[in-house]
Amino acid sequence: MLTASCCYTDRRRGQLAALSIAAVVIIVGVPLWWRTTETYRAWLPVNQINELANLQLQLSADVEVVFARGTVTPEQQKKVPTQVVISLCLFCSSPLEADLSLHTLSESPCGSLVVYVIPESSTLLPEDVDVYIGQRRTALLRIGAQMRVGRTLEQLLAHLEPRIKQVLQVMSFSHTDITAALSDRVRLSPGNKESIADSMRAFKSSPGYEITFSLLNPDPKSHRVHWDIEGAVQTYIQPLLTKLAPLANFSIDSQTLYYAMLGVNPRYDSSRSAYTLNSDSLAHVINPVEARLGSNAASSNPVLNFLLYVPDAHHSPLHIHDHKKQEVLSNAFHSPRWGGIMVYNVNGFYGPEAVFPVDININMAKVMGVFLAQLRLLLGVQSSAPPPGFLVAPCSSTGLADWELDRLMWSRTVENVATATTTITSLAQLLDQIGNIVINDNIAQQVSSAVTSLQLAVAELEAGNLGFALQYSKEAILASERAFFDPSLLHLLYFPDDQKFAIYIPLFLPMCVPILLSLLKIVSEARQKRRERQAKKD
Amino acid sequence: CATGINMQAAHWLAPRMTRQCGNDFQEELVIRPLHSGDIYASFQFRTVWETDFMRGNKVSHYRLFPKSLGQVISKFSVRELHISFTQGYWRTMQWGQPFQPSPPGAELWVWFQDSVTDVDGTWKELTNVLSGIFCASLNFIDSTNTVQPSASFKPLGIGNETDHRFLRYATLPREIVCTENLTPWKKLLPCGSKAGLAVLLKSEKLFHSSFHSQAVHIRPVCQDWQCKTTSWELRQTLNVVFDLHNSAQGKREWSLFKMFSRTLTEACPLASSSKIYIDITDNPQGEQFEVSPATPLLSQAVVLGDRRTFSVYDLTQQITFGTVRSLNLLIRWKSSEGDMLRPLLHAERYVAGYGLQTGEIHTLMYNNHPYRSFPVLLLDSVPWYLRLYIHTLTVTSKGKDNKPSYIHYQPSKDRLRPHLLEMLVQLPPNSVTEVTVQFERALLKWTEYTPDPNHGFYVGSSVISSLVPSIVAMDTNSTRERPLFSSFFPCKEESSYFVRVYTEPLLVNLPTPDFSMPYNVICLTCTVVAVGYGSLYNLLTRSFQIEEPSPGLAKRIANIIRKMRGVPPL
Repeated sequence: MLTASCCYTDRRRGQLAALSIAAVVIIVGVPLWWRTTETYRAWLPVNQINELANLQLQLSADVEVVFARGTVTPEQQKKVPTQVVISLCLFCSSPLEADLSLHTLSESPCGSLVVYVIPESSTLLPEDVDVYIGQRRTALLRIGAQMRVGRTLEQLLAHLEPRIKQVLQVMSFSHTDITAALSDRVRLSPGNKESIADSMRAFKSSPGYEITFSLLNPDPKSHRVHWDIEGAVQTYIQPLLTKLAPLANFSIDSQTLYYAMLGVNPRYDSSRSAYTLNSDSLAHVINPVEARLGSNAASSNPVLNFLLYVPDAHHSPLHIHDHKKQEVLSNAFHSPRWGGIMVYNVNGFYGPEAVFPVDININMAKVMGVFLAQLRLLLGVQSSAPPPGFLVAPCSSTGLADWELDRLMWSRTVENVATATTTITSLAQLLDQIGNIVINDNIAQQVSSAVTSLQLAVAELEAGNLGFALQYSKEAILASERAFFDPSLLHLLYFPDDQKFAIYIPLFLPMCVPILLSLLKIVSEARQKRRERQAKKD
Repeated sequence: CATGINMQAAHWLAPRMTRQCGNDFQEELVIRPLHSGDIYASFQFRTVWETDFMRGNKVSHYRLFPKSLGQVISKFSVRELHISFTQGYWRTMQWGQPFQPSPPGAELWVWFQDSVTDVDGTWKELTNVLSGIFCASLNFIDSTNTVQPSASFKPLGIGNETDHRFLRYATLPREIVCTENLTPWKKLLPCGSKAGLAVLLKSEKLFHSSFHSQAVHIRPVCQDWQCKTTSWELRQTLNVVFDLHNSAQGKREWSLFKMFSRTLTEACPLASSSKIYIDITDNPQGEQFEVSPATPLLSQAVVLGDRRTFSVYDLTQQITFGTVRSLNLLIRWKSSEGDMLRPLLHAERYVAGYGLQTGEIHTLMYNNHPYRSFPVLLLDSVPWYLRLYIHTLTVTSKGKDNKPSYIHYQPSKDRLRPHLLEMLVQLPPNSVTEVTVQFERALLKWTEYTPDPNHGFYVGSSVISSLVPSIVAMDTNSTRERPLFSSFFPCKEESSYFVRVYTEPLLVNLPTPDFSMPYNVICLTCTVVAVGYGSLYNLLTRSFQIEEPSPGLAKRIANIIRKMRGVPPL
């Protein structure tokens, strides 16, 4: 009896010891292990990011409609809340003058429009033109005959609405613009081939661009080519870039490359006694040249390359042929999201008894005209054909109308918002999926500032403040890219799980197995005891 | 720029006027047959660009100057940049002084403009960009191998800012130089490797040599004698020594084709001068070797304190190429006698000591001048993992203590910066000066070891800069070219000349652990803990009872037998 009780108390003590060790391991050991091996993950605004993922963009543009004298009947005029009826430039003879004088009348902020409605009888516009789009943010709209008499103002406005919508689509944004801006980020139903090619031509939105002009002289033994690139840039390119300054930072440089060859051998066309480059072979021209161009060492902004190729004496004149085997008048072509190449033939300079090397001065006006057109295309200044009845004012000296800039800003803002949203949501997704990644405070800060800027940009877009929206969207892009490409994210990314187990097992296995076994034993003993007790009761 | 018409008119006056808009390009090749039978070829390409980076204007237009380097200079506000990549060690005692000295591996030193506020940050960015341009591991330059020498590296261009806060110097002695570094270097040349002397630069020949060094030096220089206009100068140099036995199969006969597997057919059309010089100083009567085709053009120049005579081949003259329209220079040795002039200054370095705890660095500097003593500046940059005991620094010449007149020592900080030791030492005539300092090897963290730790750790070359007295007192030629009043007294530069000598890099073994050790340690400690814990756990949780001892083995066997026999067990 004595031995039995002794045995029982001993066993009881053993069980208690096992339980308390298990308790210590669970209460102290596990949290300690957890705390010391966990990766630091700062808090991220996950909810707001998830909200961003299904973002509804709403764009609004302010449109001011001004009625000129003689376009509204007196009873309609009574109902107009404020006195907006003005006399419209009585002495103007052309729409261009009218446009300029109207611009001085009211300075409209970026992103807004002013539509002046002029009477049907006005001689300001040519006969078949209903709408005239100026160089600034103004349009002249000729009122139709049927909407003149006996209607209320609401009806008049309702009648004007489709026309104003058309004006807005030309001068601010249209559905296709916005979908094109989103096309990189959002998969859309494929449209026709032409529109996809159009949307892929322009460079993607970026906070800055590097423009490089390169003069390729493959034959310095025959030609000494001079170009006044400093002057040409000042005269032709700089005004456009100054105008585009709110959109991005531009930097320009130029270089001369010798012995730079094109990648294809031009074919001799005996009927024209000239060398030709076919449009199918143009794709192979760029690659060998690109190796010589040199990457931009000083910044990571995208580079727009403009190459002026002076063919060597044995291969000139050289002409580019299009698909229909016709000579391309400008003798130039562009490559989407890369730049443009122009061939400049100099065989006219050789003369009857020229001494090689021949000195050649390049006509920069001719070259820059081509490059400027290519630059406009590559920057995404779309010059789509206006709808019938529209007349667009000729280009001003800066090469860019105010409303064209606005159009660009609309689409760039939308593109920036889309890019930043994608970056932030994919970063959040990645961080969510891979638990090993350390999230430092500065990354969390970048993410939150990106999210804040994005929300502000969206709000400003809704309010119609285009300038602020673009500014915020740029900030959002910068912050999101900085967060996404932060090198500290990579530190523990590739620390594999099997290594962790290899380190922990030698410690954990011998410690946990006895604890588990004794816990099992205790449980089984308790169960047996209960069964015995039940048997006794029975 | 001059207009085309004007240029055409000028064309008659100057047959080769390639200087356009303040841009100028020159190329030259110097070939020096060495007494050992090896041959030394030194290319130099010089591009001068008249412009002003200091103004800070954004638009930059490049003609002959490479755009990538121009952008680097203007972005990082660099005033001077010197970078060299070298494979092999220059043997001064066998080959004499090189035209452009460089240490084995990569060397980079940069003077920044005084407008730079965060020099360290700019330096870090610059090394990363250069690493991309030259396809080299310059991105491994960080604070642990960068120093700011106070006296050894003075600006070589114009400008009087010598505050060494704006200077950074770093070497990577481990860097291996190969084709991928040569290609971007060749791309910087206006003619690329398509025309001119650069045609000879074929990598399969250049890297099959005893010594190969390529460098880029950018500095601001004066355009004219009065320094009215300044311009940027880019010098690209390439030095190569071909081995007698390796490249020439032991025959003492060299040709351009044998060295470079190419011959020359034209000069670079953009170069205003394009010349080949062959050093024939030791061969005035042609008794040592003969050079063909022979040239009537001779030129004398004082190089490294010695008056040398050169045969000159002007590649811009069509007559140089002869009737075959191709120039293949041939140098055939007649005798293998003759001795080279011993260089006046040279240096060696080695590590002494045994075991893996301490050691001693010995630097030997030889002054071979028979009767003149001269001062030298010694610069040593030692990584932090060799902890120098600076109190053990001794400088002895001819068995006597030689006290340096200037010592600049910056102690290292672990994992932050290296030791920097600069000394001005006077070398007595005809003597060996020995500088010794003891060090202790540090234990590295296991992630700090290189992938091949048993190879050892490199310590960059010591740099010895000095003004060495010339052998020639005065350049007598100069009276012909310079005004009389300026050449009466021998100019200071001619009585002594500047030399920079690099010692061998050191290869030091550090105590290297067995790299599976951390895991072994983890396993072992865990096992020990587990065994201790297991017994304690058993003691605490098991109950112990006295059990009847079981019968012994003999008794059990006996019992089995008894059972078989039917006898009651024991």
